[in-house]
Amino acid sequence: MKRKTLLTLVALVAVAGVAVLGVVGRMVLQPGPYAFAGGRPVALSAYRGPSPTGVPAELALADTVTRGAYVASMADCQACHTAPGGQPFAGGRAFVLPFGTIYTPNLTPDPETGIGNWTDAQFLNAVHRGIAPDGSRYYPAFPYPSYTLLSDEDVLAIKAHLFTLKPVKQANKPNNFGFPYNQRWLMAIWSVLFNPNERFRPVPERSPEWNRGAYLVEAAGHCGECHTPRNLMQALDQRRKFGGGVAEGWTAYNISSDTVSGVGDWSAADLAAYLSTGHARGRGVASGPMAEAVELSLSRLTKSDIGAIVTYLRSVPAVKGDLPVPAGPAPSTPQTVIDNPVGKRIFEGNCASCHAWTGAGAAREEAQLTGVRTVNDPSGANAALMILHGSGAGTPYRPAMPGFGKAYSNDEIAAVTNYVTARFGARASKLTAGDIGRLRDAN
Amino acid sequence: MTAITVNGKIYEVASEARTPLLWVLRDELGLTGTKFGCGIAQCGVCTVHVDGVAVRSCQMPVGTVGQRAVTTIEGVGSTTVGARVQKAWLDLEVVQCGYCQPGQIMAAAALLAANPDPDDNAIDAAMSGNLCRCGTYVRIREGIKHAARS
Amino acid sequence: MPLDPEERRDGAGRLSRRSLLRGGAAALGGLVLGISLPAKRARADKPRAVGAAMNAFVHIPTQGSVSLIMPAVEMGQGVYTSQAMCMAEELDIGLDQIEAIHAPPDREHYGHPIFYVQATGGSTTTMAWTEPLRKAGATARAMLVSVAAAEWNVPAAELVTERGVITHTASGRALSYGEVADRAGRLQPPTDVALKSPDRFRLIGTRARRIDTPDKVVGRTVYGIDVIRPGMTFAALMASPVLGGKLDHVDEAPALAMPGVRQVVVLEDIVAVVGDTTWAAEQGLCALHMTWSPGANASLDQARLWADTETASTGPGVTVRKEGDAAGKLAAGKRGAGTLIEASYELPFLAHASMEVQNCTVHVHDGVCEIWVGTQVPGYAQAGAAQVLGIAPEKVTVNNHLIGGGFGGRLEAAPVVTATRIAQKVAGPVKVIWSREQDIRQDMFRPLYHNRLTARVENGRVTAWHHRVTGPSILARWLPPAFKDGIDSDAIDGAAEPPYALGEMLVDYVRHENGVPFSFWRGVGPNSTVFSVESFLDLLARKTGTDPVTFRRGLLERNPRALAVLNAAAAKAGWGSPVPQSPFGRRTGRGVALMHAFGSLLACVAEVAVTDGGDVRVTKVVVAADVGRVINPDTVVAQIQGGVVFGIAAVLHNRITLAGGRVEQSNFNDYRLLRINETPAIEVELLSSTQSSGGIGEPGTVIVQPAVANAVFAATGTQLTRMPLDASLIARSV
Ligand code: FES
Ligand code: FES
Repeated sequence: MKRKTLLTLVALVAVAGVAVLGVVGRMVLQPGPYAFAGGRPVALSAYRGPSPTGVPAELALADTVTRGAYVASMADCQACHTAPGGQPFAGGRAFVLPFGTIYTPNLTPDPETGIGNWTDAQFLNAVHRGIAPDGSRYYPAFPYPSYTLLSDEDVLAIKAHLFTLKPVKQANKPNNFGFPYNQRWLMAIWSVLFNPNERFRPVPERSPEWNRGAYLVEAAGHCGECHTPRNLMQALDQRRKFGGGVAEGWTAYNISSDTVSGVGDWSAADLAAYLSTGHARGRGVASGPMAEAVELSLSRLTKSDIGAIVTYLRSVPAVKGDLPVPAGPAPSTPQTVIDNPVGKRIFEGNCASCHAWTGAGAAREEAQLTGVRTVNDPSGANAALMILHGSGAGTPYRPAMPGFGKAYSNDEIAAVTNYVTARFGARASKLTAGDIGRLRDAN
Repeated sequence: MTAITVNGKIYEVASEARTPLLWVLRDELGLTGTKFGCGIAQCGVCTVHVDGVAVRSCQMPVGTVGQRAVTTIEGVGSTTVGARVQKAWLDLEVVQCGYCQPGQIMAAAALLAANPDPDDNAIDAAMSGNLCRCGTYVRIREGIKHAARS
Repeated sequence: MPLDPEERRDGAGRLSRRSLLRGGAAALGGLVLGISLPAKRARADKPRAVGAAMNAFVHIPTQGSVSLIMPAVEMGQGVYTSQAMCMAEELDIGLDQIEAIHAPPDREHYGHPIFYVQATGGSTTTMAWTEPLRKAGATARAMLVSVAAAEWNVPAAELVTERGVITHTASGRALSYGEVADRAGRLQPPTDVALKSPDRFRLIGTRARRIDTPDKVVGRTVYGIDVIRPGMTFAALMASPVLGGKLDHVDEAPALAMPGVRQVVVLEDIVAVVGDTTWAAEQGLCALHMTWSPGANASLDQARLWADTETASTGPGVTVRKEGDAAGKLAAGKRGAGTLIEASYELPFLAHASMEVQNCTVHVHDGVCEIWVGTQVPGYAQAGAAQVLGIAPEKVTVNNHLIGGGFGGRLEAAPVVTATRIAQKVAGPVKVIWSREQDIRQDMFRPLYHNRLTARVENGRVTAWHHRVTGPSILARWLPPAFKDGIDSDAIDGAAEPPYALGEMLVDYVRHENGVPFSFWRGVGPNSTVFSVESFLDLLARKTGTDPVTFRRGLLERNPRALAVLNAAAAKAGWGSPVPQSPFGRRTGRGVALMHAFGSLLACVAEVAVTDGGDVRVTKVVVAADVGRVINPDTVVAQIQGGVVFGIAAVLHNRITLAGGRVEQSNFNDYRLLRINETPAIEVELLSSTQSSGGIGEPGTVIVQPAVANAVFAATGTQLTRMPLDASLIARSV
């Protein structure tokens, strides 16, 4: 009896072990970020086409300052390394992760608190391998598994750009992670498994434009960090590339070429407009972290680079998602039977002025709700976050859509989100006050 | 140069296309009956009609107005429903400081034009975007019903 | 500017632009009747004829409308009409025959009979000005009549006046006021003219049409923000996000690169951008990156503000009223007779949030300064601008305008001072407009107040009562002479003399200031005191198992006037009947409140519905009011209705909070006002009264807040003691 139990146990453990190995193996041994393209990638030095790295051809003759700033924009360093209302690049921005809060460090050339004393080798080591000058490891909230693809030249161009900034004396804030996540040495193991530590390898079989796009999306823009789902080990699941992920509580939607859940039915012009301005007609407005990506990175890229990104994005295979087919326009008057009076009350007071009862947008096209993914997403998460925090590439003092989180209760935010998704979306969300409380905390 | 039609008159506008219609009306054309209150579509004091539909002019880039007819408080009295609303407002003494009232009247006129006999639900739907700090809401509701009956 | 402002102003600027004194009465011709105010106490009881350059209330031109000069400003409360009614009543003219003109800054002649300074506020206009203005009208009429009597050689008593015409019925002769005005102006005015007896009133007490409304419904009224001057530019401004902070650095270049931007004005605490339109200026402002030194307020957080006030409330106070030995009686604690109950009520900072944002147009040139603004304090505005410029006040012209909502927010000269500081650096007239965000963040707020109440109840009666008010003193700054013996008579108004018999009584006051700028706000002191007293009475009633109306009746045996008001409201609201069910929430309740302040008595019954999520909807409000003699009953009803809406917004939504010295609210998305779809039915019953007129601008705001809070208490069993109501505290887990 005892023996049998033991045997069973051993067998079970063995099976479990194999299973775990299998799962982990599958997580580790996954395709590269652009393996879907096939072909035979070659080293940059061996590539014969126009260089996919550096600045675009239009800026080839620009001065070094302009070129450095451009490469830094491509990699979008500023968004994460600036605290709300703080000095650009001085760090201090908090990221609430499932295991604790992380604060970005100061990237200005202040010798004491910034990176003023860093050597080129130290900087390269940090960006490519996630290793700090003192040998400690960065958490992959710093997207070095993507940045590792950047050419040495581009990494050093970023460094040169940072060294042109005015030094800001601002000490880094310590992260507060609980055990075991505060064991940074674990990150060394993680890095071995998930950071290939190799530079971008162009695919000669693909067009130069595609290669430039691949470099911008995978190396500099690190789009997958938000838009690709993560596995249990918190690494990107490249088999479901661009199938959608999470960023600071926001849903980063599917940007594969799936026609319902992804951007497969977006025209090239839609994509280009959305990326460079944060809005395309009928596609909604970039919000949350995406708004920052547009403001501080994508909107600063040249037309040719946006075109390259679009070319690359449209080549990414479809990953099925679970978003429903969007609903059409709503009627021009409110319904007569009101099942959600609180939601209706807030919509008619605060929302209808811009969005109109039809959802077509009253005074400007950015306000159109019809067909927009956020309102057709039955989770309602992004809609609720937009209502809580506001949205849109507005001026610093006046966002295109104001946030209502400060003065409206969780109950009210839930009610109006459910009202909006019911009226303008394919399926109503069923958010509760508790859900809204969690969304508030996630941000 | 953009051209827009306001109260039946054509104006050449020098402001750049992104400028909200509100500031073109007020600062460039001198039509100050349309008010500024929030700039974020939360108060309705800037309401005008664009092809008869109530629109917050603080949100509408002047470059998107195109051929559509803009009507402001200065011109709405020449429409039957506008005149009826203005009269109802006088009959019931709706107005206090009056600052929000151009917007209220424009919203009410658009409502009545689309729905000649609105119930409370329809009034809430059309008028809740218009704030009144003086608190004239009770009379606004009565005023709309009064205008509907007249 | 394609526009000729003068052309546009034709007709439109009637109420606002013409200044009688600037033109001079000689230029206008006719009779100018002034009332000079004795230097010490501003009472208009010694009328005499004055020359063209003197002040005046009544001006009779040889032809056309009679000009009435309005000492109190119109900001929606209807005083243009009620002041005009008082003058026109005695003058025997129709309201359609008058032209209302703003009084210029001139404290000697237009100084408020109660405040002395020239100001409109505190619900005092009717109280203060009714008699002087009637007298002005009656005296003018007597002078006009005496000219006609002399001409026709008949006794003045035989002449009748109507609609500006003097008639001798017996002989059928008639003269218009205009025809005799010049000669009347040269007479020595009589000093003892009798006023009409109330039974002969033709205007006072009627539902007269407001004189300012026709222009308002067609968009013709020119508020301060609507002023257009030739060559005018527009300025947008930004002050330190941390209150009181100073500018460190700004690079002007990005703003100057924007289309339509002309100039960046950098002051030590403000950056302004001047442009061709308000929009251009604002875009320029947004393009700037400014760095600020936060200064002393950087650590000002809301939790600390609440805590500091609470702590101050336990320190020494100044006694306001003491009857018997309340302190002794209460000190016995729980061991004493009856029930001892204690509670504190806290009220937050509030912004005024008038629909018309702060604005001011200023033209500084050739050693003079011209100002166009809507202000409740033209004299302070003039003095403030003069001080900025270092010139004599006479060099500053204030053209006052109708106001798009005052509520106390225009009882301060600060915006005029700011605009003048900017305009000083700008060539030509400049209109400075606060964005809504700046209007809210740079407001001077309704103070944060703390009220601590302790009472002993024995056999359903209050036998000892202690009310301590803690808060800043507005009067100490605004009207120093009114801050006497360490007591701010506004802050304790409503606490010192409640309408109830409360046994042995102690009322005291702790002045506590906290670095946040503050000022008057509709409802003023009684907002905090009446809220606290009425909330506390409900707590006493509940703790002693008594119905809140019955409990109050027991305390009103010696105050029949108040009791009548309470009973009227209770009866009208169906007090005692079950509260109807509501689609707006499963929990419903009814609350009552009573007040005596501003010379008026009001009782209010509110009904609410509360959702499980804690959202409160006010479903019905009934108010009964005894406001003394009424000039225009419709205006009184309108003011109560509007005041109620204003008060519901306060009790449900309004809140200004600070974090790191920054105001956390910015616009109507986070500083919530009431909307029409949240507005209940509001029924008002005016009790007829021959007592002297009380104020009516503020009481509606004051009285509805405790009524709603008490209704929520009744509906949920939870009394919320810190305003505004917090949904999370009355949410019910389901
Ligand atoms: S100013 Fe346009 S809605 Fe408030
Ligand atoms: S009447 Fe004053 S804001 Fe509406």
